[in-house]
Amino acid sequence: MHAIDIDHATKTYRRYGRRRQFATLKSALLSGSLITDLKPAETFTALQDVSLRVEAGETVGVIGPNGSGKSTLLKLVAGITKPTSGTVNVKGRISALIELGAGFHPEISGRENIFINGIMLGLSKREVVQKFEEIVEFAELEDFIDAPVKTYSSGMYARLGFAVAIHVNPDVLLVDEILAVGDQGFTHKCLDKFAEFRRRGKTILLVTHSLSLVERFCDDAVWLDSGLIKAVGDPKRVVDAYLSHVENQEEEQLEADDIKTRKMTETSSEPLTTGEASMDDMSQVTEGRWGSREVEILDVTLVGDDGKSAHVFHSGDRISVCVHINAEKPVSDFVFGVGLFNADGVCCYGTNTDLEQLVSKEIVGEGTVDFTIDSLDLVAGTYKLDVAVHKRDGYPYDYHRLLYTFRVKSRTNDVGIYRPRHKWKFPSNVRFSGPLE
Amino acid sequence: MIHNLLQLPRYRGLIQSLVARELKARYRGSVLGFFWSFINPLLLLLIYSFVFNTVLPGIRPVSVEPYALFMFCGILPWTWFSSSLMESSGVLIASGNLIKKVLFPAEVLPIVTVLANMVHFFLGLPILVGFLIYYSIPLQLNELIWFPFVILVQLILTLGLSLIVSALTVHFRDIKDILSNLLTFWFFATPIIYPMSMAPSAGKRYLDMNPFTHLAVSYQEILFYDGPFGHLKWLLTLGAAAIVLFLVGYFLFDRLRDSFAEEV
Repeated sequence: MHAIDIDHATKTYRRYGRRRQFATLKSALLSGSLITDLKPAETFTALQDVSLRVEAGETVGVIGPNGSGKSTLLKLVAGITKPTSGTVNVKGRISALIELGAGFHPEISGRENIFINGIMLGLSKREVVQKFEEIVEFAELEDFIDAPVKTYSSGMYARLGFAVAIHVNPDVLLVDEILAVGDQGFTHKCLDKFAEFRRRGKTILLVTHSLSLVERFCDDAVWLDSGLIKAVGDPKRVVDAYLSHVENQEEEQLEADDIKTRKMTETSSEPLTTGEASMDDMSQVTEGRWGSREVEILDVTLVGDDGKSAHVFHSGDRISVCVHINAEKPVSDFVFGVGLFNADGVCCYGTNTDLEQLVSKEIVGEGTVDFTIDSLDLVAGTYKLDVAVHKRDGYPYDYHRLLYTFRVKSRTNDVGIYRPRHKWKFPSNVRFSGPLE
Repeated sequence: MIHNLLQLPRYRGLIQSLVARELKARYRGSVLGFFWSFINPLLLLLIYSFVFNTVLPGIRPVSVEPYALFMFCGILPWTWFSSSLMESSGVLIASGNLIKKVLFPAEVLPIVTVLANMVHFFLGLPILVGFLIYYSIPLQLNELIWFPFVILVQLILTLGLSLIVSALTVHFRDIKDILSNLLTFWFFATPIIYPMSMAPSAGKRYLDMNPFTHLAVSYQEILFYDGPFGHLKWLLTLGAAAIVLFLVGYFLFDRLRDSFAEEV
């Protein structure tokens, strides 16, 4: 039994060009093309030939980047808009949590708004009376229920909207990224309510950016991208596919950014190619490149475990900084250094061969210096690298300041900079229900 | 369309509570509150009386006395009519949130607008009754029984026009501005501040084509003029036309319904 049946649905929106809009009234009348101009020439396809079946009682998560058509899909299922072609069939009463409190009137009290909103969403007056106490309690608004809604904070407003919508008792619940509105406590309450819906065999379609929520809460996941379904099926698998796709995209973007900054510094920081720049510059967090180039850094690549150049790594991965150098003439006084900074410009780690008691002897010609970190124990974030070759007294041969960017991804949202390898151990009387949260 | 039309009675409760909300929200925060529904038409009447009794006494029609009462018979229903249309033109856009984010029967919105204004009209009626008593106008029961019927015809006519105006304004926002000017013209093209009898015979033909003429004249015949209700034929014709207009309006609204969520 399909609760939601979307069959080859396509949705195209009209694209508004500012110039065209001005054109419509005046020149359309003049050129006599009023009728043809009113037809949208430029359209935007929000969903393209999407087919999706959701069994009754299933919880399906919809993921995808912004603008991928998630909300359009939800609106089609809710019946708020109609597909341009194809069909959408839904069985049972629908409640759409697309925008909370969409029908509230700011001037009248929360109490009156509950009644009107409830009736709008399909309850009878008697049903609202029955559920009134429950709704108010759920929204935690006992003290403010007779105040006009315009005096509510945005959290209160959203809570009331959620409370009403959830008490409509739908067969199909549509949820659009709304859990972000409340505080932690309220979010948990919402999740509990969803879980209760699941137990009662209701169908839920959930649009969210919280991938962990999809993984632990949904029976199925749908990954939308540019209006197309990229993958459907087991949440874990779909989320992984989505994540690796996002990483690839970030990879490309970071690479492009890197090339851009390097190009910029190569042209702009030439005057800095003097011997003056010294350790003082360490405190100054701007990108740049300077030095006499007696030893030149030709190229720096970040290499992952697979031996391929990359810009996105996972916390705990092995990472190698491969520095390709060249010394035209033999040089005997040299130090290689690497510095690691987070997005705030905090130095997470810095070392060089001198600090590590390596005494330089000679470089001639080209070669690659590898600096390998066995386990990148950093929390998720964007990091930048300093790579430098200089004399022991600080005289720079080639100093690359914050020119290399990489991103660390992590499945946990832990905070700080450094993630030490760690373990939890609990006595038998401390129990957890599962690896949630 | 027929299917959707038959659904309308199911929204009774919704319409009822929305009208109540509209009325409550309107005067919320004002000191006089509901009294404004009395005061507004009264002030309007005072202004017109001042203009025609003091400022421009020459152009005042002498054949109708008391003139204030005569005017009031027309102004009160006109206010209902014109405010309904004006508010309908913006109602779908103002409630864009409902149309875009909630599955909501959009036709409820113009209907609520018309009904809320009808309630204001009813609240103005006691003033009219006060005038009737003050001038001790003899009312005849066999005329008065037509009064609810006139209201019904006006309701259907206004509903039809409101549906058309609200649906079209979503696509052509210009309508709002056109409408406010059109309504001013329409007011003077209707025998409200002058009696039908004053119109020249050539102009009378055009006045007859104005649907609101027959409503205004009907109100005047019932409440103001003596004698039998002589406008019944016109009123029945208008009633039939209003029903057709309502169906046309609903059909148009229904056809455009799917575009609202995108264009609002």
